[in-house]
Amino acid sequence: MPDVGSATRHRVWVTFLVTPPLAVMAVFVVYPILSAFSYAFFSWHGLSREAFVGLENFVDLFTKPHYAQPIMRAFGHNLIVLAALLVVQNGGGFLLAWFLYREPFGFRFHRVAVFLPVILSSVIVAFLWKLLLHPNFGAVNGALNAAGLGNLALPWLGDSRTALAALIFANAWHWIGFPTLVFLAGMQRIPREVLESAELDGASQIQVLRRIVWPLAAPSATVTFTLLFIGAFNWFELPYLMTGLEGSPFGSTDVLGLVFYRLAFGNQSASVQDFGHGSALATLLFLFMAAVATAATIRLRRREIAL
Amino acid sequence: MIAITRRLSIVAAAAVALVGGLSGIASAQTELTFWTWRQEDRAVYQMFFQAFEKANPGIKVRFEGFEPANYQTILSTALAGGRGPDVMQVRAYGNLESIAKPGYLMALDKANAPETANFPDSALAAESLRADGKVYALPFASQTMLVVYNTELFAKHGVTPPGSWDELVALCKALKAKGVTPFANGTATAWQNETIVQALLSSLLGKGFEADLLSGKADFTDPRFVGALTKLNELKDYFAPNFSGIDHASSQQLFAAGSAAMFAGGSFEVAAFQKQNPRLKLGVFASPPAKAGEPPLVAVFYDGGYAVNARTEKKEAALKLVRWLGTPEFGTMLSGTLQNVSPIKGVRAEAPAVQQVMKLNESAMSYLMLVHFRYQEPSGSVLLQAGVQKMLAGQTTPAEVGAEITKGIATYYAPFKK
Repeated sequence: MPDVGSATRHRVWVTFLVTPPLAVMAVFVVYPILSAFSYAFFSWHGLSREAFVGLENFVDLFTKPHYAQPIMRAFGHNLIVLAALLVVQNGGGFLLAWFLYREPFGFRFHRVAVFLPVILSSVIVAFLWKLLLHPNFGAVNGALNAAGLGNLALPWLGDSRTALAALIFANAWHWIGFPTLVFLAGMQRIPREVLESAELDGASQIQVLRRIVWPLAAPSATVTFTLLFIGAFNWFELPYLMTGLEGSPFGSTDVLGLVFYRLAFGNQSASVQDFGHGSALATLLFLFMAAVATAATIRLRRREIAL
Repeated sequence: MIAITRRLSIVAAAAVALVGGLSGIASAQTELTFWTWRQEDRAVYQMFFQAFEKANPGIKVRFEGFEPANYQTILSTALAGGRGPDVMQVRAYGNLESIAKPGYLMALDKANAPETANFPDSALAAESLRADGKVYALPFASQTMLVVYNTELFAKHGVTPPGSWDELVALCKALKAKGVTPFANGTATAWQNETIVQALLSSLLGKGFEADLLSGKADFTDPRFVGALTKLNELKDYFAPNFSGIDHASSQQLFAAGSAAMFAGGSFEVAAFQKQNPRLKLGVFASPPAKAGEPPLVAVFYDGGYAVNARTEKKEAALKLVRWLGTPEFGTMLSGTLQNVSPIKGVRAEAPAVQQVMKLNESAMSYLMLVHFRYQEPSGSVLLQAGVQKMLAGQTTPAEVGAEITKGIATYYAPFKK
């Protein structure tokens, strides 16, 4: 049995070690988040905080049509973005990873090429795709015209039916290397013997992919899904840079990130800065994302074990 | 140990002496900081400040420019934290309110800034708080919504600025038949839809419509507004090809490259076009009236003003600078260098383009949404921009746009509540 003195010394030592990181977390992470939450309970005029209003800002977001309509529309767009990217970006990443995993001719080059866009900044990607999608001088319409498909050439970012899809595509092009890399790392952890014995047993490529690779790469799917979910609901840079703060044309590319920015910081055409309603929306978004991400992670972890 | 202490004390003494010496130099001169979103005007402003420093020995002005889109946020954050500049450029109308209302700016009146008398009332109104009616900044420039045209292209194709709406349509038809894009405009950038409306439709809307909006006799379902939008719909075939996907930068390039004959927008575009293509020969005309012979109208707003930080410790010097920025001498320099229209009475502009704009300003209405309906959510500008963008895309009608705008503004504007 250790004597009391050494136990106390141990406790002091642990406290001494733990205090600095806790203090740093508290000052630079916890305090800013909590103070941002607290903003949501006040009315604001510009940057001056006025009366305490309780939950009024939160209620307004759902009851006043000029808040509720854009928020619901943007939420819908975020869901579309999540679903589309899940298929295009994560699904595509999985297939690309499988392609690279099998080490085809020139796989080293392809591996770099697939990951290269990930290191570009969003500003560059947005600029590049704005040029490529330009209705009159862009390479996309140029190629369509050259291929005799001129009637498919559209003002992609200006047409409300295609603008969001164009942004999703640009985003997938930018980020597909990331899930690819994660899935590839997951696949490389699968023991070779397992795959070889499956092939000996006469399993087809698709069977191998479905019955062996997919279940064994499940931890990678958990990671990429969780990150994609967070990314899809925090989506801001690409729509801001490519179709503007208003989510042009007429709100068809509006997402919650843009709505929050307009609410809190105002924009050139609205003049009003409103930290109260902005913080209320940010708080709800944070809670929603924290809840869903936690639930999804727990569920997907269970699935990993079950598989 | 003693040696180290001694050495340290020598270093400390040296440091104290150095700092003391420097502050001695600094105290002989007051340095003012000046903040603006016009980074590109640095050289010109430094020239202005040299003239000011010459007239006011002992005061130096330091220019600091910030990115325009974030200027409002940067400035208000700094002011809230008590670290703002001594003198600053502020925007007008609703944007001024968010800075002036919390008390960050010094109120200006005839006693502390007699130069307020140099400005017309509409200019001072742009820099006043609606709540107390006090002026918080001296305005620096007005902007005008009009049509800029390429005089060489007009001459080459034998056309002249239109005197009526029908003449404008005929002119567009003639240009398009000759393979020239009549208007460089596109609608992909939201705010462009608002500038297009007032550059082209002000004469059709009329000053009477503006007065009726303010008195509550009319709202945006009024036939004058809906009728004007209907006319605009007729004109969209003469915008840039694929106009719904053409953003502001692209339409500027189209016009500056000489590929399009006209640009419906703000007078501030003239300087941008000439910077992109110095050989471009430009003219301006007002929105055409319904019938030839009726007086045409432009739409005017004030860009912003110069203000003093209410909490500056260099109040006297800061006021001196702002007062100087309200003199005809400065106004003349401003219009001569930046090609802006100074609102200061008695300023004479030399550049022909500025003179033309000043002439058009004699018959003007307000740039409606900015001047009257950008104080609360939902902002009239945002409603108008989205509505017109949608209408020009063929997905809504002028009457629906008018009803939507009225419904939005009615949530806070008493005269629309019926």
